[in-house]
Amino acid sequence: MKKSWWKILTVFILFYVIFQGLLGVVPRQPILNETIRNLYFHVTMWPAMIVMLLVSMVYGVRFLRSNKLSDDDRSAVFAKTGVLFGILGCLSGSLWANFTWGEPWPNDPKLNSAAVGMLIYFAYLLLRSSFEDEQRRARISAVYNIFAFAIFLPLIFVLPRLTDSLHPGNGGNPGFSSYDLDSNMRMVFYPAIIGWTLLATWITTIRYRLRVIQRVQDEQVSLKR
Amino acid sequence: MQELKSLIWKEIALEWRQRYALSGMLLYVVSTVFVCYLSFNLKRNELTPIVWNTLLWIILLFTAVNAIGRSFAQERYGRLLYYYTLASPQAIILSKIIYNTLLMLALAGIGFGFYVFVMGSPVVDLGLYLVSVALGSVGFASVLTLVAGIASKAQNSGTLMAVLSFPIILPMLLMTIRLAKNALDGLDRSVSTDEISTLLAIDAIVITLSYILFPYLWRS
Repeated sequence: MKKSWWKILTVFILFYVIFQGLLGVVPRQPILNETIRNLYFHVTMWPAMIVMLLVSMVYGVRFLRSNKLSDDDRSAVFAKTGVLFGILGCLSGSLWANFTWGEPWPNDPKLNSAAVGMLIYFAYLLLRSSFEDEQRRARISAVYNIFAFAIFLPLIFVLPRLTDSLHPGNGGNPGFSSYDLDSNMRMVFYPAIIGWTLLATWITTIRYRLRVIQRVQDEQVSLKR
Repeated sequence: MQELKSLIWKEIALEWRQRYALSGMLLYVVSTVFVCYLSFNLKRNELTPIVWNTLLWIILLFTAVNAIGRSFAQERYGRLLYYYTLASPQAIILSKIIYNTLLMLALAGIGFGFYVFVMGSPVVDLGLYLVSVALGSVGFASVLTLVAGIASKAQNSGTLMAVLSFPIILPMLLMTIRLAKNALDGLDRSVSTDEISTLLAIDAIVITLSYILFPYLWRS
């Protein structure tokens, strides 16, 4: 019970976010209309994804220093959850774009950067699957993971800011916060970020435990032989 | 420093002994350019500067992936082990990066020359364009060397090389194309300082990371 307080907190926050997201008071904006509610379900995916990928990178570094396979397992499951949230972010984003910008995938630098970021991490998963030996796989994919994260950050944060973008806060567009993120929405938006990040962590810990169980089972099978 | 110098010299000597590989790469660039020339021949006057620019960079990208992809594959496993007992991994990766940079500068220079020769040149600010070609080759070489090291450890390293490197090289490629476009249009040089500094920053990050990470890579 002591250890699961944050899971209870996650459930509470997400109930609050979903309830507020569907029924809460939101400002009326000319083009956005009711789709502004998607703010809680689209924008919040990206901090969750970046936190997951950051933790994955940190575990990659830890593996290189400690050589423990458990660190590599954690690095892998965090990267997978990061990819999952990236895909969810792309999907909710293209739903939103379809209503406000008129097409599901407008040619926008932020979208393209996100897609390329996903490609980088798909390549990471492919690299992982192409090794048989576990130590070797762990070491080489940790190296690629750190390298990829260092490229991923400028891709997401620097490049889109240098060109015009449809997204708020880029290329001369005013940021959300300046005109339409009123205090009501803030009260939901920041908890939403924390809630989704906690949910992502929860998913990751479950997957990690499955991985540990699988490992133990494999060892038992090999012992019986 | 002495170690670095002799390692670079070793790379050059090795390449010179296997001249078929070097001439193969040269032929690769030249024939790709020629294929593009003939394919666009029907509508040559419709080739806009943007298409001209992008085509050149895609040719250079594929050349770089092909040329640098072999940089770890060409040596046998036993010989690699032998180098690793002699030299420090940092010296090995730095020498490979420097050698690949020289190789890319040569290949990109020849490729660009031949491209201008057959396709004509709409470039206004040639000096800045050459700077962008040089910066692009340095960037490609530094990113791709570590990726080649990673890919060479896996079984199907040819496919893996392309899959791993294309998304990673994209930020750099986009910046270089933008810089080249500025040179193409002959914009004032002060406009391009942003691109140049971003490129140099990415280069610095990538080379530092290669330097730190390569020792972990070669041990496996």
